[in-house]
Amino acid sequence: MSYFIRGHESKWEVVLGLEVHAQINSLSKLFSPSSTGYGAEPNSQVNLIDAGMPGALPVINQECVKQAVITGLGLNAKINLKSIFDRKNYFYPDLPQGYQISQFENPIVGSGHLIIEAEEGTKKIGITRLHLEQDAGKSIHDQDFENSFIDLNRSGCALMEIVSEPDLRSPSEVSLYIKKLRSILRYLGSCDGNMEKGNLRVDVNVSVRRFDAELGTRCEIKNINSIKFIQQAIEYEARRQVKLIESGKIVEQQTRLFDSQKGETRAMRSKEESHDYRYFPDPDLPPLILEKKMIEDLKLQLPELPDKKKIRFIETYGIKKYDAEILVSEKEVAEYFEKLVSDRDPKMVVTWLTGELFSYLNKKNLDNPQSAISVEKFGELLDLINDGTLSNRLAKELFVEFIESNMSASELVKKKGMVQISDENEIINMIETVLDQNQKMLEEYRSGKEKLFGFFVGQIMKISNGKANPQMVNTLLTKRLKK
Amino acid sequence: MSIDNSVVKKIANLSKINLSEKESENLKHELNKILDWVDDLKKVDTKMVEPMLSVFNENMKMRDDKVELTNTDEILSNAPDKKENFFVVPKVIE
Repeated sequence: MSYFIRGHESKWEVVLGLEVHAQINSLSKLFSPSSTGYGAEPNSQVNLIDAGMPGALPVINQECVKQAVITGLGLNAKINLKSIFDRKNYFYPDLPQGYQISQFENPIVGSGHLIIEAEEGTKKIGITRLHLEQDAGKSIHDQDFENSFIDLNRSGCALMEIVSEPDLRSPSEVSLYIKKLRSILRYLGSCDGNMEKGNLRVDVNVSVRRFDAELGTRCEIKNINSIKFIQQAIEYEARRQVKLIESGKIVEQQTRLFDSQKGETRAMRSKEESHDYRYFPDPDLPPLILEKKMIEDLKLQLPELPDKKKIRFIETYGIKKYDAEILVSEKEVAEYFEKLVSDRDPKMVVTWLTGELFSYLNKKNLDNPQSAISVEKFGELLDLINDGTLSNRLAKELFVEFIESNMSASELVKKKGMVQISDENEIINMIETVLDQNQKMLEEYRSGKEKLFGFFVGQIMKISNGKANPQMVNTLLTKRLKK
Repeated sequence: MSIDNSVVKKIANLSKINLSEKESENLKHELNKILDWVDDLKKVDTKMVEPMLSVFNENMKMRDDKVELTNTDEILSNAPDKKENFFVVPKVIE
């Protein structure tokens, strides 16, 4: 038992399932040829189909079908050779057709799973289904008191709705699930996974129960746009439900939204108004039939996905599981690591990549290491540290300046006079100077106060302006003091 | 199965249409007639028949992922109200 909500009477288990909407990475929309480009002028990417004009007929985009199949394969899921498109009917101004073309009973992808590394170990999370559907347009409510503004550029863009089983048990597992799903989508290239731009949107189903009891009534929290807020929303919602049940009330099945400023969830619509979507097969669209061969071909083209890559990294480079997990989560990082490590010490590469470079990327809000520093430039720095020209400490000090300069590592070392002193005689001279100046300490050391070794090292580093090779100082000083 | 006035009202509400009492009454009869007919259809033994997922016997035609440019003025030309290339509608917020 790990995560739970403590009530007055007992501990409550939290049961969570996710519906993720992922926008497919295609040039044109699911059923229309208008562009899917982000950030265009309002209503500049809208054709007759997207605007719901009578008589306009939808024709499916082959690329979207392909991406849905690839994603299904990447989620270890069953691909359905026959699937059906249905109309989901509701009225809203940003849905000009009056219905969304979606898939109800016969989705393109059936059950699958993905793996997360939870605190208690590896956990398999079931995927119920993946289906294709149209996105709606965007409503803007805050520009005018009396009116809402509608932009239909997003209307008709292709979405994959990926539904999980209620297998998740804590906010942190939800976070791991989203990160893993996002990572797989990005490896496959089927979705950018950018939550801020809204091309990955998450709805969470939350219910609570006493441990080992039957599932409770769930509430759905809609459209939360960051992992942090999702975790907060779950925590709040689970506590709310526990409070209700323990005070003898019932949890009503509801759609709720999360107010990130107040940190609370609120009912979006009451039960009486709850939507009845009246699904029925879209008479404009025949069944979507896939050929087995197409699926087999796509299977062969699948890239190496994060789980497999992680195992290979651990086996090939002898790095820790924890480090491997970090390196493979972003495709670009994994590629960068492999180029950098090719003829270098994996341990050193991992330390520098996940340490110095990652903290720089975080500070600058960058994802791709390549956008900060080229593999060649970074590699040269590591090589200079490795052959003793530059000390680790100095390299760390200079790191940010180095990244932001146009200089190569050797140019910078030269310019700064930072070359590490690795000449034996020079270091011996420094040792003698320090010992001469500290006769008393030397006697104390000889009479057993061995802690003073560190003091001598410090003095030597000081007179070398930090440039003496620390390992050599250690070895030579040990040798000298034994005399 | 039979449909009463409250079901007709509910469907009308979901469809965002206003019905007079008379229209409502007519629709109730029409809908019930259709449902009665469906009940008749249900009497056919279909145990050995594969469920028909669609009335089409052909596969869906697909198109290539190619972009065609669109014209904002044209798309907005039927809008009752517009502003700075947005459609303008009475305030809707849930």
